[in-house]
Amino acid sequence: MRSKKPSTNAISGETGWTEIISPKRNFLDINLGEVWRYRDLIALFVQRDFVAIYKQTILGPLWLIIQPVLTTLIFFIVFTKVARLSTDGIPPILFYMSGVTLWTYFADCFSKTSNIFVTNASIFGKVYFPRLTTPLSIVISNLLKLGIQLGLFFLLFIVYYLNGQFQLHFQWTILLIPLLILLMALLGLGLGIIFSSLTTKYRDLTFLLQFSVQLMMYATPVIYPLSSTGGHLRQVLMLNPVTGIIETFRYSVFGQGVFEPALLVYSATFTSVVLFMGIIIFNQVEKSFMDTV
Amino acid sequence: MADTVIKIEDLYKQYKLGVVSTGTLAHDLNRWWYKLRGLDDPYEKVTELNTRAEKGNAEYVWALQNINFEVKQGEVLGIIGKNGAGKSTLLKILSKVTGPTKGQIKIKGRIASLLEVGTGFHPELTGKENTFLNGAILGMTKSEIRSKFDEIVAFSGVEKYIDTPVKRYSSGMYVRLAFAVAAHLDPEILIVDEVLAVGDAEFQKKCLGKLKDVSGQGRTVLFVSHNMAAIDALCSKTLIIRNGRVGFEGPTQEGIKNYFADSLKINEGKAIADFSRDMERYGKLVRIEAIEARSQFFWREPLELTFSVRRIDRNITALEFGFGINDTSGLRICTFESGEAYAFPEGSDTLSLKVLLTEPKFVPGKYFIDLGVRSSTTTLDHIICGVSFEVMEVDKQGNHFGFTQGTSISGYINTEGIVTQIIN
Repeated sequence: MRSKKPSTNAISGETGWTEIISPKRNFLDINLGEVWRYRDLIALFVQRDFVAIYKQTILGPLWLIIQPVLTTLIFFIVFTKVARLSTDGIPPILFYMSGVTLWTYFADCFSKTSNIFVTNASIFGKVYFPRLTTPLSIVISNLLKLGIQLGLFFLLFIVYYLNGQFQLHFQWTILLIPLLILLMALLGLGLGIIFSSLTTKYRDLTFLLQFSVQLMMYATPVIYPLSSTGGHLRQVLMLNPVTGIIETFRYSVFGQGVFEPALLVYSATFTSVVLFMGIIIFNQVEKSFMDTV
Repeated sequence: MADTVIKIEDLYKQYKLGVVSTGTLAHDLNRWWYKLRGLDDPYEKVTELNTRAEKGNAEYVWALQNINFEVKQGEVLGIIGKNGAGKSTLLKILSKVTGPTKGQIKIKGRIASLLEVGTGFHPELTGKENTFLNGAILGMTKSEIRSKFDEIVAFSGVEKYIDTPVKRYSSGMYVRLAFAVAAHLDPEILIVDEVLAVGDAEFQKKCLGKLKDVSGQGRTVLFVSHNMAAIDALCSKTLIIRNGRVGFEGPTQEGIKNYFADSLKINEGKAIADFSRDMERYGKLVRIEAIEARSQFFWREPLELTFSVRRIDRNITALEFGFGINDTSGLRICTFESGEAYAFPEGSDTLSLKVLLTEPKFVPGKYFIDLGVRSSTTTLDHIICGVSFEVMEVDKQGNHFGFTQGTSISGYINTEGIVTQIIN
């Protein structure tokens, strides 16, 4: 046993601290190791989200499939039957479904992580755990949702193929699909946590966010192919980091659409910057948000 | 000598008063502008001391100021203080729920805090699912929880319902399960805030026992409570937080005395001006100057009441007195008449009396005392609700009895047990 009188014996008293709580945190003092230690918590959060959401519903997880199917049908009626928009020769149902499924994943990651401080205030106010576990669990539980929806998409894809409605045009870029999904996940996460850090203080952003995500869909080639646009409009659309992701996906699966490596590199760079900034801001805010939320 | 496991140095915490969102953008910009020029935060200057009752003009308040203390390994430190004194803020900073404004805390070892039981419980999930979720939120891994699961369920006593969603639980069952999870954390430092205030008497006793076990294993515990009996039973050392500062640090016995002394001061401070008295009829020839009683008593603890009377008319040489005790609903539950007269001491115009009720029979709750003094023929002064005191739910040994006020007559005094003595 060591004897300690820290006021007089500063040197031995100052050693062996496992943790120091202080007001300011270094910008780059990001403890990802801690997030890893709490991986079980992330898994349990995902499980909770899955189990709890469909309790006391009749259709249960079937809703996961009903949502994209209905949206696709409506898009088909409105944009193909009424507005007669081009789908680049791809069967419209498949075209819309691919766009809707991917876009919904991005939009969900973004909007659901954007208010985690507000929605989890009661938990965050009582227990400390690495706050990043919450947005990560959202991204992961949405990933499971995406998996199911993509499964449905490929099922329809096979049905169309067996009916001889189109030829297979798989491109080598199909190997990039996991990367595309990862990019969307990280982009949604990055944007989401930046906004979540701001909504703790300025709730106005919640409203702004709700409709800007809706509007952003129209600035992304979800319901129209990029090839149907031209000139300045096309330039602007290519600034949208999601554009490259969705176009690459369609190119890989249908062999139609725009595949430009530069566009994908742009998306990846954009995502990295946003994610990096997001984590830094989040890291700063998670410390004292309880006082402002 | 044990190791220091928590060291708090010059800790400050500032809060903004009023609505947070209004003017924050302007303040933020202003703050940022000062920071850019290398100046101090302009809003730190306007902060006031943390006193709940007096309304200040400042927009910001120091919830904690200049907190310095150390906790040694294996120590059980009780933290007491009035509502709003800053106890919970201190615990929140220690639990990393919020950050300090200035100063720092150094910690050695894994820390777990229990500011609430059942944090993160989801009503739709079963008891079992929630046990895992809550355990993980508190910092356990799945395998840790799995290995303790049977123990947790046994401790909670809800085996039968473990596969039922917790929304079907009674609030008592809910709390039992939640506490059971928390009680099986294995931290080196445990922070507990007032969680014992929930559950029935039997369960509370179980919780206290568990906390005792934990501290017996050489773990460090920080325990916040208003329950002096629990503090007394558990803690070796006590810290009093008073208006955001450390008001006292030392052995528990002394700490509790000190805390009660605080309450006493408040009763004194209210003084006679606040006491309701019929100015037309009373207080002309003699006046009751002060009534003092501690603000809290343990159950069955002898009550002590002191009061002093000053005579204005020297022809009055002796006084009889009587008092009545009312419960919170204003119901008079008992009266006492002194029967004999007490004489003013030689050469003094003040008579001070100490009344000791050695065998009080009161149900836990708050009581108010009316006091009257009279000559042999007429009442000279009469004060209504001069002082209040509270009888706690536990006795001095920490035993808990589940009474509550208001079902019938709340108590009586055994007049045989009343001792009056002149103290000046």
